[in-house]
Amino acid sequence: MTTVVIVGAGQGGLQAAISLRQNGHEGPVVLLGDEPGLPYQRPPLSKAYMFDGNEDALALRPESFLAAKQIDYRPGLRALQIDRAARQVGTESGALPYDHLILATGARNMHPPLPGVERAMDLRTLADARRLRDRCASPRRFAVIGGGFIALEFAAVARKLGHEVTLAEAGPRLMGRAVSAEMSRDFAEMHRALGVNLRLADPVAAVTETGMVLTSGHVVEADDVLLAAGVRPNVELAEAAGLTAANGIWVDGQLLTEDPAISALGDCAAFPDARSGRRVRLESVQAATDHARHIAARLTGGNPPDYDAVPWFWSDQADWKLQIAGLAMPEDRAEQPAPHVVFRFDDQDRLTAVETINGARIHMKARKMMAAGPIDAAQAAELLA
Amino acid sequence: MQTALANDVDGIVGECGGAMMCATCHCYVDEAWTDRTGPRHEREDDMLEGAASEVTAASRLSCQIRLTPDLDGLVVHLPDEQF
Repeated sequence: MTTVVIVGAGQGGLQAAISLRQNGHEGPVVLLGDEPGLPYQRPPLSKAYMFDGNEDALALRPESFLAAKQIDYRPGLRALQIDRAARQVGTESGALPYDHLILATGARNMHPPLPGVERAMDLRTLADARRLRDRCASPRRFAVIGGGFIALEFAAVARKLGHEVTLAEAGPRLMGRAVSAEMSRDFAEMHRALGVNLRLADPVAAVTETGMVLTSGHVVEADDVLLAAGVRPNVELAEAAGLTAANGIWVDGQLLTEDPAISALGDCAAFPDARSGRRVRLESVQAATDHARHIAARLTGGNPPDYDAVPWFWSDQADWKLQIAGLAMPEDRAEQPAPHVVFRFDDQDRLTAVETINGARIHMKARKMMAAGPIDAAQAAELLA
Repeated sequence: MQTALANDVDGIVGECGGAMMCATCHCYVDEAWTDRTGPRHEREDDMLEGAASEVTAASRLSCQIRLTPDLDGLVVHLPDEQF
């Protein structure tokens, strides 16, 4: 019986454990998490949790489930190093031997080297969310650093709760890495209508005792500053063990590192995108759980073909649900065939992504169509039918 | 959906945690219970477009069925696959 050790108890790490059991793996499964408590969902932290504070609703599975599935969950235990020769993971409470190791170490908030940045709050973990939610109990002036999904989801929540919000994005548009300029524009308009004070193309120069100062010299008075300027993958454990990492731990189409006894998944893994052929790293529930299922299938003798799941993503901001099917490269052309629908095409006119606002039907059709094979412009038009 | 996950019902995946984003908690409500579970939401209808198994008049996303005392004894049938 082989032992699988999983480092990281986020949604991907837990899914790997569950899928191993579902596929009939009988050997020990050890799941290490560096946070306390049960494995939980992160997406609601910047959405529903901010409103309802319901921590019970965050747990991915109850303790009884983990026990029934014989998943040896070790909360609050950090992996310190990997001894690849001995096939052991070192922890504060001793070494854990493995036959296969799955790295699901996730990502952490990026802290840019700004004066006073230590004054800013994070929104990554449940502990962060609790702290931020406490601040929302009375009327506040929030300053938000960054114009990505977490920043915007929080801004929408804070406005709904009646707080003042100023959001500063260093780049010229919102969610610039992830969506088309058309979507960025629509969301900027929506947030302005909500009353969010948007400052685009104006990087933060410093966080101060009374808010923040922007590069333009503009001063933002605020009671609290939220830092939401992106994340860094947690690759140090892998790197220290001699594995290749550059914006993510490098894995192949089977999600294996160059060590055949070590896989990596989710936010921390840089994997070959089956459609573009490029090495990508995705921060999404979909990538984490689809990677986990793939690895579990491989470890239980399923002999799966190379990973090629169609990426999907969502973000809830006020009453808009942004959905993205597929994965566009930044240079991919954008077309807007209808309001709140954007198609992205690569240089060979293949559909790479579909971005929609409150357009679940189109989104779901796009996911199905893209999974079946390459889509050209004429076929893409059928999505609107 | 949450109740199914908590009780190890493998046929319900509930990937998105009930955000109506994934259609992997698809179920068929038994005919005897459809009056009490009520109709589908509009967005639920849209998401079912992407369900892996056949969608019928009895199809629901189980994350959108709130369990109440009135639903004690509810019978649902599961699709063959959720992906």
